[in-house]
Amino acid sequence: MKSALEAIRAAAHEQLQNTADLKDLEEIRIKFLGKKGELTAILKQMGKLTPEERPVMGQLANEVRAFIEEELATRQKALQEAATKEKLRQETLDVTMPGKTRSLGHKHPLTLVLDEVKEIFIGMGFDIVQGPEVELDYYNFEALNLPKDHPARDTQDTFYITDNILLRTQTSPMQVRTMEQRKPPLRIIAPGRVYRSDAVDATHSPVFHQIEGLVVDKGITMADLKGCLEAIVKRLYGQDAVVRFRPHHFPFTEPSAEVDIQCFGCHGEGCRLCKGEGWIEILGCGMVHPKVLSNCGIDPEVYSGFAFGIGLERLVMGRYSIDDLRLFYENDLRFLEQF
Amino acid sequence: MDLSMRWLKDYVDVDLPPRAFCEGMTMSGSKVEGYEMEGAEISNVVVGQVLEMERHPDSDHLWVCKVDVGGEAPIQIITGAQNVHVGDYVPAALHNSTLPGGVKIKKGKLRGLESNGMLCSLGELGLTKHDFPYAIEDGIFILGEDCTLVPGTPICPAIGLDDMKVEFEITSNRPDCLSIIGLAREAAATFDRPLKVEAPVVKGCGGDIHDYLSVEVLNGELCQRYMAGVVKNVKIGPSPRWMRERLRACGVRPISNIVDITNYVMLEYGQPMHAFDLENVRDHKIIVRNAKEGETIVTLDDVERKLSPEMLVIGDSTAPSAIAGVMGSEMSGINDNTHTIVFESACFKGSSVRLTAKKVGLRTEASARYEKGLDPNTCPIALARACQLVEQLGIGEVVGGVIDVNNNTKEPVKIPLDAGWMNRFLGIDIPESQMVEILRKLEIPVENGMVIAPSFRADLESKADVAEEIARIYGYNNIPTTSLTGLAEGSYTPRQQFDRKIHSTLLALGLSEIITYSFISPRLYDKILMPADSPLRNSVTIRNPLGEDTSIMRTTALPSMLDILARNYNNRNPQARLYEIATEYLPTQPDQLPVEKPDVVLGMYGKEEDFFTLKGAVENLLSQLGVSGCEYVPCKDEPAYHPGRCAKLVLNGKEVGILGEIHPQAASNFGIDTRVYVAQLDGDALFEAHSTEKKYHPLPKFPASTRDVAVTCDEELPVAEIEKVIRANTGRLLEKLELFDVYRGSQIPQGKKSVAYSLVLRAADRTLTVEECDRMMNNIFSGLESIGGEIRK
Repeated sequence: MKSALEAIRAAAHEQLQNTADLKDLEEIRIKFLGKKGELTAILKQMGKLTPEERPVMGQLANEVRAFIEEELATRQKALQEAATKEKLRQETLDVTMPGKTRSLGHKHPLTLVLDEVKEIFIGMGFDIVQGPEVELDYYNFEALNLPKDHPARDTQDTFYITDNILLRTQTSPMQVRTMEQRKPPLRIIAPGRVYRSDAVDATHSPVFHQIEGLVVDKGITMADLKGCLEAIVKRLYGQDAVVRFRPHHFPFTEPSAEVDIQCFGCHGEGCRLCKGEGWIEILGCGMVHPKVLSNCGIDPEVYSGFAFGIGLERLVMGRYSIDDLRLFYENDLRFLEQF
Repeated sequence: MDLSMRWLKDYVDVDLPPRAFCEGMTMSGSKVEGYEMEGAEISNVVVGQVLEMERHPDSDHLWVCKVDVGGEAPIQIITGAQNVHVGDYVPAALHNSTLPGGVKIKKGKLRGLESNGMLCSLGELGLTKHDFPYAIEDGIFILGEDCTLVPGTPICPAIGLDDMKVEFEITSNRPDCLSIIGLAREAAATFDRPLKVEAPVVKGCGGDIHDYLSVEVLNGELCQRYMAGVVKNVKIGPSPRWMRERLRACGVRPISNIVDITNYVMLEYGQPMHAFDLENVRDHKIIVRNAKEGETIVTLDDVERKLSPEMLVIGDSTAPSAIAGVMGSEMSGINDNTHTIVFESACFKGSSVRLTAKKVGLRTEASARYEKGLDPNTCPIALARACQLVEQLGIGEVVGGVIDVNNNTKEPVKIPLDAGWMNRFLGIDIPESQMVEILRKLEIPVENGMVIAPSFRADLESKADVAEEIARIYGYNNIPTTSLTGLAEGSYTPRQQFDRKIHSTLLALGLSEIITYSFISPRLYDKILMPADSPLRNSVTIRNPLGEDTSIMRTTALPSMLDILARNYNNRNPQARLYEIATEYLPTQPDQLPVEKPDVVLGMYGKEEDFFTLKGAVENLLSQLGVSGCEYVPCKDEPAYHPGRCAKLVLNGKEVGILGEIHPQAASNFGIDTRVYVAQLDGDALFEAHSTEKKYHPLPKFPASTRDVAVTCDEELPVAEIEKVIRANTGRLLEKLELFDVYRGSQIPQGKKSVAYSLVLRAADRTLTVEECDRMMNNIFSGLESIGGEIRK
């Protein structure tokens, strides 16, 4: 009986080693360990053994069963791993083939950059306000210290609807509208469309966008204007942007300035990009004119403030090196999809 | 304003490199647009003297010249010009020289004989007869006594073509800087150099001007000051070279001495001058008056111009001789026979000159200065300067006395100098003495703590104006930068958040944003088939448009979208999904602002698009915005849309949008021959209806029952009617309703369709019984039968 058990152990071992298929393993298990299997058959003969032999043979039989079970498990695991491996091998993809995309829309580049500007200002505590594009002469000119006979009020540039109604030539009327509606402290930007009677070419459009800004509070200084705008310019153009404030004239600010950044192309030496000037003008600004504050019912002896206006198109053109303003309004998808 | 550096140096010593000068001026407020050395394009051209001349043996027009160009030996140059003689001094372009316009001269052979350069004409040096009146234009420039006649001298300094021109952009508040002396004052303050301006002195020849001329000013408001001087025994001729070249450097064409003097004084002092022949003044009496109705004048440029009564003219008892501050008439002009002239030095009201110049369509150097508002106190100085120049040039005798009608009553503006306020306002800390010193450099006196605005600085009205003067000379870049203090909270308004949601949703749905002009051509209304009597044709109209294409403010953004779709289609972009949040402008009352209404416009074409992709995008958008309860009502009568493929979006009984396929005729009007889909949604109405609230529903705990229903019905019956029946009979137990099939064809009678829905039914608090579901389905079946449906079992 012992030899029969040993034979079973050997036969099982050999068969298991020679098996390459998971299905065969089950057959082997049944053949040796099943109810009608060889080991079971042997165990049924235990009754014929002497009481002394029984525990010995019993233990041996258990050993053989355990051995076969373990071998079975090991073999099954190995075969399963091989099978999995083979399956995965067969499923190999050419991962360099293109992905399946869903087409997403593209924000217009003007909106893209404007949204960035809004985020910067929101972060600095500014609110965003909007107002009419078809505007009263009063808000566009008169309240901004540009009376009817003012020389800066070159009517050639203004689209008029009636004597008193026009298409706003700047977002500055929003300074007045805001100051009429709210009381200081004020921090607002007013982005929007403006209109000038310029024929369309690569750098001119009768419609374009400005971002007006206004800060009014007690004790606002020109140093605050410089600090605020320099911070914004550096956020927009990079921390290494070189900024200068150059005296200028706007009827509704005093003192007034234009802000230039040093040309990235030539670092101030003068090149084609900056038309030889070394600097590129990016915005106009100034301390709010006392007359404008008074016009809006704010006492210039108590409050001061600054205002600025940024041309959005120029900002975006500089950012992406776009050389033709018309592209913004042609809306060709081959252009829009680049952003 | 073009500045001659040579001229400037009469008044202030600036010996800086051009770049440093320009940089300094720009940073103190006089912006330099560019600078240019005269004759910079000319190189290797020298004064030559013609020593010998003989005919070219092989030509009947060429001359072979031996020319002394300052070298060891004369060189041979061949010329085709016929005005050269032995002994003449001429400009000689040597081998490897350059001339304006990029012309290069090299030695070569002309009909076999060597020519080592070229003799130049005026034109070849970039000059005209105005610069050298004695020269001829179709021959070699024979240098005159006013040039350096030394062979070998470089030509530019020899003929005075070596000034530096600096171009300034002068802001409208500083008409005083439209002059050499004004810029000299700025330069002196900027670079801290003394300003050397002396009052002009006139010797005079005796006599009394009142024996020659009288002046009457009838409108003292528009003519703030009128001054006149008389010069007799005038010798008209060219002005000297120094005067011609300064005029040229400042961009003014020299004409003849008297005219040149008026321009010279205008450039120098910024005071426009006018000279006219006394003989042309009837009764020798000048009358400054408003023009009469119907009066006309032929101006110096030989154009007849209509005048109107609000315009100020200079005239006599019969006719106007000049439009005040704009231009003189042909009649009054100086000619070679003139022997007694009147110099006019006057100050006219800026706004009047501006309107007049605009109305007659003539903007001159004079009007450009007057319209900004000039200083009446400059009139006498400029008049004296003109007379001084006459005497200096020896071209006439100045009659004693001047006529001065002065209506100027303006008192000097006085502004307190509050140093503490100034420092606080600018964010700097400088002593009052430094402020006073800055103002002194600008010739702005401070007396007893009061800043006294000089009359040439009419822009100084308030302490903020004084602050700018101090800040710009102190240096804007020397002002520190400080951060805004105090807490402030910035945030998007609900409306702004709503708009951002529209953008983000449509972008996620694959639509790209477009931005279009707000003004359109009225013809676009025809293109979208808008009825002639549609109220939308009443648009805000621009009175002075660039052209018809941009002449009215759109009342609908539909044509803008179609225009962009058409552009993309014609640029062969195979498909497009676009959107715009477009403003529409709806007129209200005359002289009232229009309503500016935002319209969310979606537009699509391409092989993947159809009515339902458009509608799907609209549904997605409304769902993201939290707008619920919209109905889609078939619409057959919107002319721009396909009558069978268009729906109005109705919310609580109110129309809030329209969507559909564009009518093929309308599409074709825009040059699109494919199907185009557009939705227009009322931004304000959606904002009113939207909700940002989110509500949590517990996940279901009880199983659902799924039932299908298929019904055959009339082709015309909208499925929305079927859905209404289903919803009415299931209520809140209907978790999901899906249309999964619409079938027409065999087994279905002509004019009918079969519609199949799948329903998911579920109760939140129990498992629905089969009986409950059956009951609901039976109710649905009978409901559908009552609207003409036949249930397919």
